[in-house]
Amino acid sequence: MNGAQDMGGMHGFGPVQPEANEPVFHAEWEKRAFALTLAMAMPGQWNIDASRFARENRNPAEYLSMSYYQIWFAALETMLKERELVSNDEIAAGHAIGSPKPVKRTLTPGDVLKVLHRGGPTERETNTAAQFKAGDRVRAKNINPVTHTRLPRYVRGHVGVIERVIGCHVFPDSIATGAGENPQWLYTVRFAGSELWGPNGDPTTAVSVDAWEPYLEPA
Amino acid sequence: MAHEHHHDHDHSELSETQLRVRALETVLTEKGYVDPAALDLLIETYEKKVGPRNGARVVAKAWTDPAYRARLFKDATPAIAELGYAGRQGEHIVAIENTPKRHNMVVCTLCSCYPWPVLGLPPVWYKSAPYRSRAVSDPRGVLKDFGVTLPPDSEIRVWDSTSEIRYLVIPMRPAGTDGWSEDKLAELVTRDSMIGTGLPKSPKDLAK
Repeated sequence: MNGAQDMGGMHGFGPVQPEANEPVFHAEWEKRAFALTLAMAMPGQWNIDASRFARENRNPAEYLSMSYYQIWFAALETMLKERELVSNDEIAAGHAIGSPKPVKRTLTPGDVLKVLHRGGPTERETNTAAQFKAGDRVRAKNINPVTHTRLPRYVRGHVGVIERVIGCHVFPDSIATGAGENPQWLYTVRFAGSELWGPNGDPTTAVSVDAWEPYLEPA
Repeated sequence: MAHEHHHDHDHSELSETQLRVRALETVLTEKGYVDPAALDLLIETYEKKVGPRNGARVVAKAWTDPAYRARLFKDATPAIAELGYAGRQGEHIVAIENTPKRHNMVVCTLCSCYPWPVLGLPPVWYKSAPYRSRAVSDPRGVLKDFGVTLPPDSEIRVWDSTSEIRYLVIPMRPAGTDGWSEDKLAELVTRDSMIGTGLPKSPKDLAK
């Protein structure tokens, strides 16, 4: 979706402000919101792209006024309510009211390190051939889905070069909507700064994105 | 982000967030969906155990061990797993090499993708609008925000982490470090030098 999350190339946010000796978390609630988000992925049975969509799918003014863990937490509440794991009444009361919905699995303390170490690899076997090879010129398609996509606006319509054929990976646009993994070939595509930003671009810079085959056409 | 520094007793929007998070944790615990001990362990892992010192070990080894360096650039995920670092948000890692001619910088314009097993959780600025918006259009300006100036003719290559591939910058080994041990070299490797918004410390910095 063309939401506030898709920030590449926007102006007006001011300088980057690094914080010296920054702590990992800035408040106790950030720790809990972070851990709840990770832990609930297991009983919630959602995937990372569904989570990303739940985070970005909000009024841009609201998105830009929230801190990152506030966005994570709001998305967690949304997904829990959508899947009827938690009700508005329970959130308001701060206590369980209904009986719990049966879930396949929960995260036990004994499983934490194992689950983190395993992660969630997204590469998949395929018997299809990649359409592009390194060195091919491609154009990022002009697509504007209202659902989740990982093709940023700033490359759409622009021509780049395939730098690397990465492999066949789960397709976010599909899995985020519940339509299955639908694995697609994934490429690193390099764009010249002048191609992306015209005369305002720095000719000594280049930007790459990782783009799935359905995002690309021959140029 | 100054608004994140309020204390819990402040009657601010933040304390409202604090209450909401606490309430949701209670509901989820009472319903048996989460075990607070598992939450504690998740927090402890990313607060105390997983962080940029992991990545610094990888870089220092790449600086001293040519065979390891070759494995790292060929396929970083197993090479990094040799040191015990693997898993969530680092399932597919690619190591990218800074050279005198090319400087690399990593961003996630769409969210906050970051190689957790080697760098830990991202700093606030990495997830912030100023960085995500300008890293791709004005990388030299962003480097200036970090106090880094590169030769004007050096190429800057920005990697936008739009897929599940995570990028780790391998900075150039600082001059004057011949014969240094891996442990000592690792002390030169900063988090920002592995994101590409900084350079490693020099032996002089270390002496300070």
